[in-house]
Amino acid sequence: MKKLLVILEKEFRQVFRNPAILRMVLIMPVIQLIVFPFAANYEVKNVLLSVVDHDHSSYSQKFISKITGSGYFNLTDFSPSFNKAMESIESDKADLVIEIPAGFERNLVKENKSTMLIAVNAVNGTKANLGGAYAANIIREFNAEIQMEWISFPRFNAAPSIEITSSNWYNPTMNYKLFMVPGILVTLLTIIGSLMAALNIVHEKEVGTIEQINVSPITKLQFILGKLIPFWVLGLVTLTLGLIVSWLFYHIIPIGSIALIYLFGMVFLFTLLGIGLLISTYAETQTQATFVSFFVMMLFMLLGGLYTPIESMPEWAKWITKINPVAYFIEVMRMIVLKGSGFSDVKGQFYAVLGLGIVFTGWAVINYRKRS
Amino acid sequence: MKQFIIFVKKEFYHIFRDRKSLLIIIMMPIVQIILFGFALTNEIKNSNVAVLDNAKDESSRAIIQRLDASRYFNISRNISTQRDIEAAFKSGTIRLVVVFQPGFRQSLLHTNHAQVQLIADASDPNTATTVINYASSIIRDYQKEMNAGTETSYLVTPEIRMLYNPQLKGTFNFVPGVMAMILILIAAMMTSVAIVREKEINTMEVILVSPLRPLLFIISKAIPYIFLSLVNVITILIVSYTILDVPINGSLLLLLAESLLFIITAVSLGLMISTFTKTQQEAQMFSLMALMLPTLLLGGFMFPIESMPLPLQFMSNIVPSKWYFLIVKDVMIKGLGFSDVWKESLVLLGMSVLLLTISFKKFKIRLS
Repeated sequence: MKKLLVILEKEFRQVFRNPAILRMVLIMPVIQLIVFPFAANYEVKNVLLSVVDHDHSSYSQKFISKITGSGYFNLTDFSPSFNKAMESIESDKADLVIEIPAGFERNLVKENKSTMLIAVNAVNGTKANLGGAYAANIIREFNAEIQMEWISFPRFNAAPSIEITSSNWYNPTMNYKLFMVPGILVTLLTIIGSLMAALNIVHEKEVGTIEQINVSPITKLQFILGKLIPFWVLGLVTLTLGLIVSWLFYHIIPIGSIALIYLFGMVFLFTLLGIGLLISTYAETQTQATFVSFFVMMLFMLLGGLYTPIESMPEWAKWITKINPVAYFIEVMRMIVLKGSGFSDVKGQFYAVLGLGIVFTGWAVINYRKRS
Repeated sequence: MKQFIIFVKKEFYHIFRDRKSLLIIIMMPIVQIILFGFALTNEIKNSNVAVLDNAKDESSRAIIQRLDASRYFNISRNISTQRDIEAAFKSGTIRLVVVFQPGFRQSLLHTNHAQVQLIADASDPNTATTVINYASSIIRDYQKEMNAGTETSYLVTPEIRMLYNPQLKGTFNFVPGVMAMILILIAAMMTSVAIVREKEINTMEVILVSPLRPLLFIISKAIPYIFLSLVNVITILIVSYTILDVPINGSLLLLLAESLLFIITAVSLGLMISTFTKTQQEAQMFSLMALMLPTLLLGGFMFPIESMPLPLQFMSNIVPSKWYFLIVKDVMIKGLGFSDVWKESLVLLGMSVLLLTISFKKFKIRLS
């Protein structure tokens, strides 16, 4: 025990002697947490619209003013021809082109039907889909308006109709930041946790000081604990700072228990550090450790359900998320912060992360030998 | 010049001797592009739905069956009381609860009016909106079929054409994005770590007293990493073309040239990082902290930049991968030529020049 304390003192000193690292671990996450939630918003608005109106009739005018007044579109220009409008799309000056054919109004009045062309830049599939859907919706409304105008509206609805009411729980104002802030906080913890310990041990290998430790009376468990605990503590400090920032800047107060967040955070950091440790026992140089931990981290983060929903991933990718502590923590963080889930709701995730931690750390301890 | 070549050679030896690192650097982007190319999609499908069916009649069952049959939903639970809704949401995976009032079909047939309630877990607003839209349109379809023949048809029928990506594949957007992210991180990290390493293991002194000028030393450090990153670009392109079915519609040569330009920007960034960090740990932490999230969030491929608040839109301009992402999309997917991407290229060039100047200015030829 005393030996462990001594080695902890050494490790803490090493960390505190390097102000650059401390600054990065403590200040950068705070700044990023303040700035980036504003960026993380999937809402599609301001779709850039270019209109080609060959008809110039009162109905085409009416339609154009309807679509520009909808709030989803920004009319950038009127193009004389479809080809000109295509040029706007090519140069990203427009996302969506609407071409109203000549005779639009005449056909509408005479034959009760008319058509128009909507061309969407679909390189970004999601955005195109939404933009197209907005436009189709507006056309539907436009049709309804014309019908109202032409046919006297029936006094009562003769056909059966289903009224759909919808409500949004936990986030009635549909505030995207409520959703992103807890997730980004986990991401920042991940960057800190998974890298630091891994590099630290390899550093000792690379500069040769590990030899000295190997001949000292310190057992390998003490050595490893000494390496892990300082970063574990730093991680918890970051978590605290993050919770304070989300309270001060976004007024996010966890509905569930804060103690539960910490409990989960402690286990999560333990698992993450275990993975870092495992990497460090295999890596010979810091370069190797850097790239492997970078690879693992990116995998964990992008397949963690923060940016794209896990349900939509193919089966094999869902399996990867089962051994991904980041995915569990992001999910649990959101559940506790937004929905107030209790321990019994997150039990499964808790044991999964704990199990992963025990496996990885155990593996690392076995793999680390005091001889070189 | 001869000395310079010797130094470049030395750097290459360094890289080739460390087989493990080399393997990692070559393989990592391939694995990442395959993984992310297949797994990342913003489409929402297979959402879990719980049903509170107080009616249990023909119509409610028909609607439930339709929801389950669509690829967007999975009916995963039947609940029996209002109270269970809360519990269903709290335990996690349920995204939507559909509630039918008792006597649903009867009131639909007799009073021509019945109600369905959709409750979404809006802790994720985007998914909530989307699942409500999908569910509403499925219910509306059912209603339309019930009324077949009696409703008037639409007057204006739009013809919607999806340009460049008619199947709306996510890969067309994510592959250029992930490519930009991987390249900048790998190139910047490799370069900064390689230089700082010399400081850390004290070989820097030896180099500083050698007859090679500092400028040439820095360039000799950068060249091998530029070369390696170019290899990465080529493997990424091969993988995305053959396995992920992403087309290369524009000129391959232009694409490679633009990639080279972007790599030079990234390597210059790495050089700059190496001038103000002292240990590899610092260099790596800084590269990751300063590059990873900004690239991911402001690079334009994950979140639409035009929906962001103005200061952030402005900030996104200093993220190099944003420009490269635009170039790759234009050249690779849209098949445009240099005349359409020269502005973006100029920005990247300007960034490289700026970063290189700063690094040369800050590069110290004295150790302490």
